[in-house]
Amino acid sequence: MIDLIETIFDTTIRAGTPILFGTLGAIICERSGVINLGVEGLMLIGALAGFAVTSMTGSFTAGVLAAIFFTMIAGMLHALITVYLKGNQIVSGLALAMLGVGVSALFGRSFVGKGLDGLSRIEIPLLSKIPIFGAMFRQDILVYLSVILVVLIALFFSRTRWGLYLRTVGENPGAADTSGIPVTRYRFWAVALGAGISGIGGAYMSLAYTPFWVENMTAGRGWIAVSLVIFSMWSAPRALFGAYLFGGINAAQLQLQAHGTSVSPYLLTMLPYLFTIGVLIWSTRRLEKGASNEPASLGLPYDREDRK
Amino acid sequence: MKLLIQKRQSQSALFNLMTPLLCLVLALIVVALFLVMAGVNPFAAYRDVGIEALGSAYGLSETLVQATPLIFTGLGVMLAFRMQLWNIGAEGQLYMGALGATWVALFSGITSTWLMIPMMMIMAMILGGIWAAIAGALKARYRVNEVIITLLLNYIAAGIVKYLVYGGWRDPKGYGFPQTADFPPNAILSTYFDTRLHSGFWISLVLAAILWVFTEKTVWGYELRVIGNNPRAAQYAGMNIQSKTIFVMFLSGALAALAGFAQVSGVVTRLQDNISPGYGFTAVIVAWLARRSAAGVVIVSFFFGIVYVGGDALKITYKLPESFINVFQGMLLFFLLASEYFVNHRITLVREPKTPVAV
Repeated sequence: MIDLIETIFDTTIRAGTPILFGTLGAIICERSGVINLGVEGLMLIGALAGFAVTSMTGSFTAGVLAAIFFTMIAGMLHALITVYLKGNQIVSGLALAMLGVGVSALFGRSFVGKGLDGLSRIEIPLLSKIPIFGAMFRQDILVYLSVILVVLIALFFSRTRWGLYLRTVGENPGAADTSGIPVTRYRFWAVALGAGISGIGGAYMSLAYTPFWVENMTAGRGWIAVSLVIFSMWSAPRALFGAYLFGGINAAQLQLQAHGTSVSPYLLTMLPYLFTIGVLIWSTRRLEKGASNEPASLGLPYDREDRK
Repeated sequence: MKLLIQKRQSQSALFNLMTPLLCLVLALIVVALFLVMAGVNPFAAYRDVGIEALGSAYGLSETLVQATPLIFTGLGVMLAFRMQLWNIGAEGQLYMGALGATWVALFSGITSTWLMIPMMMIMAMILGGIWAAIAGALKARYRVNEVIITLLLNYIAAGIVKYLVYGGWRDPKGYGFPQTADFPPNAILSTYFDTRLHSGFWISLVLAAILWVFTEKTVWGYELRVIGNNPRAAQYAGMNIQSKTIFVMFLSGALAALAGFAQVSGVVTRLQDNISPGYGFTAVIVAWLARRSAAGVVIVSFFFGIVYVGGDALKITYKLPESFINVFQGMLLFFLLASEYFVNHRITLVREPKTPVAV
């Protein structure tokens, strides 16, 4: 029994981690006032770049760096359109999602069917011996990195000047501009950096969670990450909670499949999406009741000339 | 020297017409670069696309076959757009429509030839309409973001269809393929000559005409636009935004669902899990490019019909993945978004005076 619970807990963390990276990236982006619906495409680019470079060089570090690099380039495209050219953020995000799907499929052709050993796990002495919760301390480096990022991002927004400036840019770009904060530059780099972090989520998919490359392998996780931003109320620690909640649903569903229930696997795979819809409704209702933490200028391009 | 960026007071008609074409050319150039990187000769590839999609009567008919589901889904997305509602779930509504049409064709017990096709269409519209109205109701009632809801519903709709064609609806005589039995002859749309072009194409054109009249010439269509452009003014004028949101999303989904009906009844003649290569997503670009006009949807759909036929040709000749056309679609959208800035702004290079001018 303990073994089963530990397995579920372990899968929860591993299934939740790609979503966590995706959500963290989207939070940084949205905090600056820019919606990024392209997370799905970014994660696919990250997954392919990570897998391709790791299988060519044999270095996981190089793979993850490549994932960050290429997703940041793709993110800059979104930033250029939405921040500098004031284009529609929803349409640009969709374009990014499409581009990611297409580009990764095109360049991933020669990597289909190839395998990889997968990131090895690092056991933290003593802590990993705790029953059940020990599973948290027998993970690979990217899982630890995701948790460290949660802390860093939370500190960044609450304790640093840059974080405060970035929040101001998302809340009231006019006021930020007046007080000398370079609004467009902040937004541009927030979008690019956020994209890079989302990209690590893709790399985690192809380097650790399921260490191979297959077209469209993120299967909607990018969209789930975007929904969890609202659930997490733009806060990194709550994103961790949301992502692991999703991971838990996924783990339970996988366990049910493995133990041969009579329920069709096609119905079980729908569970995470249903769950996300439920979570989105619940968290939007909370927002509407005044608990709102939403950046006030989210989705609005900033043009100095239009300032009131 | 310095760049001076000013808002244009007015835009010339020629400029408005030329920019989409320029964007198209730029997107083709970027995609050509991607093709080179993937080891494909872009000139040969583009020539193949042209020949395949437009070079013969059959090719042209294939272009119309691909344009048909795009017109249905494009009209659906466009209608929601007019009220500033984002329906990114046309793909899922298409699948729900296909499911409804299939249920009527195979399991309803209808035998009448006259009743069969209309009932299939109605059932498709009801299911697809409800699918989209879920997002509409959540938006109207709780202000839940309709972009994400419609998107997530795509995955659930595809899951339901998979569940059925791998499970209870699978053809027992189908050698285990995940597909239903063939439709009876009275549930299949007629095709013309030796092509795959089916009467669903005419249905899509008639619907586009009806929608054009409704959106451009009636009070109802005018109200949609007012709500979209200025919801507050609409509320003061006594328009019921909530019920209209739900109703318009229902219609939007019902239109998109007809694409699913047309696919199963006109092209595939049964239900399987891959009846759409992403028409519902392309529909968003179609509606965006058509500038929210029903007539525009038809024209743009024809263009994307060429893209789809071309994509198929490249898939076969060069072993390119099916989702390759997403690269083109994404790039085209990026260029179109960027071009709007240059349509609305005049950018000139000015020489700064050598001596500072006293103010």
